[in-house]
Amino acid sequence: MKTVTRSALLELSDISVRLGGRQVLGDVSFTIGKGEFAGIIGPNGAGKTTLLRLILGLVEPSTGHILLDGEPRQKTRKGGTSIGYVPQKLLIDPDMPLRARDVVSLGLDGHRLGFGFPSRQRRELVDQTLHDVGADGYADTRVGELSGGEQQRVLIGHALISRPSLLLLDEPLANLDLRSEQEIVALLGKLATEQEIAVLLSAHDMNPLMTVMDRIIYVANGKVATGPTDEVVTSEGLSRLYGHHVDVIRLHNRVLVVAGE
Amino acid sequence: MRYLFEPGLLASDPVRIALLIGAVVAVTSGVIGVFTVIRAQSFAGHSLADVATTGGAGAFLAGLNQFWGFLAAGAAAALLMEGIGVQRRRGRDVATGVVLGGALGLAALFLYLGTLKTAATGASFTILFGSIFVVSPGTVPAIVAAGAVALLTTAALSRVLLLSAISPDIAASRGVNVRLVGIVYLVALAVDVSLSAVAIGAVLSTALLIGPAATALRVAKSPGRAMAVAAVTGLAATWLGIVLAYDSYYWPPYGHGWPVSFFVVALVLVGYLLSYARKPRRLVPRSPHEGAECSPA
Repeated sequence: MKTVTRSALLELSDISVRLGGRQVLGDVSFTIGKGEFAGIIGPNGAGKTTLLRLILGLVEPSTGHILLDGEPRQKTRKGGTSIGYVPQKLLIDPDMPLRARDVVSLGLDGHRLGFGFPSRQRRELVDQTLHDVGADGYADTRVGELSGGEQQRVLIGHALISRPSLLLLDEPLANLDLRSEQEIVALLGKLATEQEIAVLLSAHDMNPLMTVMDRIIYVANGKVATGPTDEVVTSEGLSRLYGHHVDVIRLHNRVLVVAGE
Repeated sequence: MRYLFEPGLLASDPVRIALLIGAVVAVTSGVIGVFTVIRAQSFAGHSLADVATTGGAGAFLAGLNQFWGFLAAGAAAALLMEGIGVQRRRGRDVATGVVLGGALGLAALFLYLGTLKTAATGASFTILFGSIFVVSPGTVPAIVAAGAVALLTTAALSRVLLLSAISPDIAASRGVNVRLVGIVYLVALAVDVSLSAVAIGAVLSTALLIGPAATALRVAKSPGRAMAVAAVTGLAATWLGIVLAYDSYYWPPYGHGWPVSFFVVALVLVGYLLSYARKPRRLVPRSPHEGAECSPA
């Protein structure tokens, strides 16, 4: 576990979110440093997606505030490329006339009006990004024809090409086979350390992320516990979060969270 | 060649106007249609065409040029549809079906009353199935201008439309007003449907919108190529349709040309069927190695 002190990139203080009259998140405070790898872990429906949408500016907090690079979140939102985002369960239809390189290229200026004229500089940047995410082999294949893991790489390339300081991924490991899962985790870990991009991803299972995660943000019951994994994932800590007793079992380097009696 | 181009084809003013209008409509529909198919808004296109029919029939009854009726009703319907959000939600199928049925019923009434008034029996046919040989020269500039505006608007929105098609959330998180983009696109679609209604008729207008685009999406890999293939396919179908309709004057029953719309729609269908003759695309995921074989050296 790395214990380097980093300057803060993202700060959430006393955030609560109400959606449709129901409190979805409450008392959420944490800080993500530059180049840090953080996992938002928790059961389905705990509020992981809401937390990511909040950071993206797609959901407004009812209380509290968010700072990105010291600036209030609302200001950085417009036309923002400071955050790269990979949404959950993106199903791209095989009919969609987009090659892997088109999707990556849209990460550069897909939010702009007008025409994007091809240039050598752009092509080189797209090629470089495809290479960085290990997608050079299928750069000219339609994304809809790629496997889940391959699509995930292309979408990471899309999020990465505008050089964001923060990469947000919503359940990027869902529906992946074991090998693709390991490859994607290794790729994200490499991006965090080599390119100093902070990675914040949600997952319902923390185990695939144990080797790369600097910090865990455990979400349950609309509340959050954060810190190094060993400190957060304990029977006492999680029982307090869930509001009932849970057991944390460590078995062959795997951590299991089980509801107790 | 002589058999394809009957003598005097290009000397005829109505034919020259038809070729010009046909080109504008085919290219505009091809490009806009690619986004209609990608955004799964074919149903919205059909709905706009139904409402445009009512507008065209109303204009006929009021003694106005039908193009303006198509355009006004189509644009109004686009804004209304966006307002009540019918263009995407499946749950509103039934309500939409009833409203569209009502619109077409109104069109029937307008056409009937209009025919009584003017004794022009051909008018119903013209509104429903097109009138590209009898477009009044006065409306040509307006049609060309409307086509150009719809085409340029869609082209200017193309990157945003593609990004929203990948994920509206990504687009929104990067500051795109996804809803506004949707409204502007739908109005451009309505303008295109009304142009198409002039060319091949209100009932058939979506054939030029969906057919060439669907063909293009089967054969072209990138968005730019898909738009180009759709435009060229639509243009080929329209021009060839005009030529065949002109020739059909000499076909049985001699002295009565067949409708242009029939030829255009039939050719669009042929183009779509031909796209199936290509090697079917693999739907199983490729491995990176196979992908590498397919990429240009």
